[in-house]
Amino acid sequence: MLEGMLIGLQTALSFKMILVVIGGCLIGTFIGMLPGLGPMSIIAIMIPVAISMGDPSAALILLAGVYYGAIFGGSTSSILLNAPGVAGTVATSFDGYPMTQQGKAGKALTIAAIASFCGGTIGAILLMIFAPMLSSVALLFHSAEYFALMVVGLSAIAAFAGTGQVAKAVMMTALGLIMATVGEGALFNMPRFTMGIMDLQSGFGFITLAMAMFALPEALFLVLRPREMKDTGSGDIKDMRITRAEARAIAPVIARQSLQGFFIGVLPGAGATIASFLGYAVERNIATKEEQDLFGKGSIKGLAAPETANNAACTGSFVPLLTLGIPGSGTTAILLGALIALNVTPGPRLMIDEPQIFWAVIISMYIGNLVLLILNLPLIPYIAKVLSVPRNYLIPFILFFTLMGAYIGQNNATELLLLVGFGICATALKFADYPLAPLLIGFILGGMLEDNFSRSMQLYDGIAFIWERPMTMGLLIIAAILIILPSFRARRARKLGVADGD
Amino acid sequence: MALDRWIALILLGICLAYGYTAWFTMDAGLAPFMQRNPIWPSTFPKVLSLIGMGASLIILLGLEKSEEKIGDIDYRRLHEYKLGQAIALLALMVIYALTLRPLGFLGATSGFLIFGSFILGERKWHVMIPVGLIAAFGVWYLVSQVLEIYMRPLPGFLLGLGG
Repeated sequence: MLEGMLIGLQTALSFKMILVVIGGCLIGTFIGMLPGLGPMSIIAIMIPVAISMGDPSAALILLAGVYYGAIFGGSTSSILLNAPGVAGTVATSFDGYPMTQQGKAGKALTIAAIASFCGGTIGAILLMIFAPMLSSVALLFHSAEYFALMVVGLSAIAAFAGTGQVAKAVMMTALGLIMATVGEGALFNMPRFTMGIMDLQSGFGFITLAMAMFALPEALFLVLRPREMKDTGSGDIKDMRITRAEARAIAPVIARQSLQGFFIGVLPGAGATIASFLGYAVERNIATKEEQDLFGKGSIKGLAAPETANNAACTGSFVPLLTLGIPGSGTTAILLGALIALNVTPGPRLMIDEPQIFWAVIISMYIGNLVLLILNLPLIPYIAKVLSVPRNYLIPFILFFTLMGAYIGQNNATELLLLVGFGICATALKFADYPLAPLLIGFILGGMLEDNFSRSMQLYDGIAFIWERPMTMGLLIIAAILIILPSFRARRARKLGVADGD
Repeated sequence: MALDRWIALILLGICLAYGYTAWFTMDAGLAPFMQRNPIWPSTFPKVLSLIGMGASLIILLGLEKSEEKIGDIDYRRLHEYKLGQAIALLALMVIYALTLRPLGFLGATSGFLIFGSFILGERKWHVMIPVGLIAAFGVWYLVSQVLEIYMRPLPGFLLGLGG
């Protein structure tokens, strides 16, 4: 492990990489602060830049920096404007915005930054411990187990979908898998479902799809319903210091939530959003009576809990990505797509074949967190000025960057038409409350899923691998339980008349 | 019928068409040596079409009850939002896609940025035009000179490419 860390330090501490981390964090904070643009859109927009850098470690470091920056920027806009740019920072606004109203915006931002820093750093340490362990287990896996593991990952997304949403999540995953089969297929290189259109021969572009699923609908929502930007904060952010007593009050919260957030982040399908809400709820329940009354009215504990949890969860979500090659969230799915485009396949072999990538990412997580704390925090009053850019200029630029991303990726103007078409479909799906992340995860996993399935079918000359390999069988049973249990529970709840909506 | 069930109906149609292709038309052209294989190119799509049909039927028939949630934007009152602007911007994106090659990157992009803000209600031409031109040139410089991805900056006839 020590050797690995040294390799990582060597890669991550070069001048270029540090610039990449700083740049990524600043860009992420900048865009993440704009209400309505989440980390997934930002990463999707940054992918062409990352890919054309050509160096996988630099690309992954850049995108990870953007990811952190976006989460941090999102919490800044929740605190200052009560306008969370990211679902994961909604819980931050519960206590952050009341603090701003009381004139303690500077203090709230400092607490948020410290909590994020600790959450991210503790998360990175845990990642360093658990990822190598998990990947040494994963090296024993056979393609049959990989197939089963991906099925578990996909069904876990359905399990976390919430009541009444399971069928929709399954539908979206299936649609993603279906879209992945368009183009030249696994094993046979025979064009499938192209309807004779040459441009579809290579399948749908992954960046196009990512842009169309996230960036475009979000931009259209901004057009449809202009948010009233109340001009609070940005001018009067002062008094950034926190007292020793406050630091002592939030220390145990940070310690608990880092652990809890990390492990929630590891679970596929959960992630920063669930971690932050759960962290907030847990801390409110275990607080003393008088502290409980403060929650929602500007409690520093209520601010520290979701901030720590969401950053730890962001780090945690890298565990399945780096060790198994299976993304658990939309964001890591986009990162996986970028890595595949750079000819790196994340998975257990990553640590053996290209240790410098793995360790450079971990080291850059520390650096990224440090950058956010010491560089971004003092700059926040200036970065917050971006909130006053008129939307008449902002929206055309956002749309232009989504177009540009799709165009640079494929150098093909047809791709732009596909982007607009898919974007309209995605907006309609969003209106009807269909989750979009499962579609993208299904799309990215589709090719690998079919490859592994075909490989095990050929090795066992049939479907026998399912019952001849106990581990495969076990994993598939878990997957089945994950899908059946939520709908079963919902049904029982309805019988008891508990969760009856209508 | 609510929008999510209409969408489920459309998705069911897509899955049926997809399933038809997978079950009945794909295997016809399969080479003999491939037919000895335990897995065919159509195996996986066949399974997927069944899953897709199942899930869309569950949504369509309302087997899984869910409470009506009104999200960020209520689609039933879509006309109350700035729908015209959104549609105009989408049309502008299509125009951009079609003119990017013939007009060249600089012309199409600055046009897109200027008309984009025009659609959103900006009328300060003395700000819009310089911002659009500078941004278009800046992005072109970054992409083609720094990232070294070639993009045709001007219309073909000006670069002597014969249109």
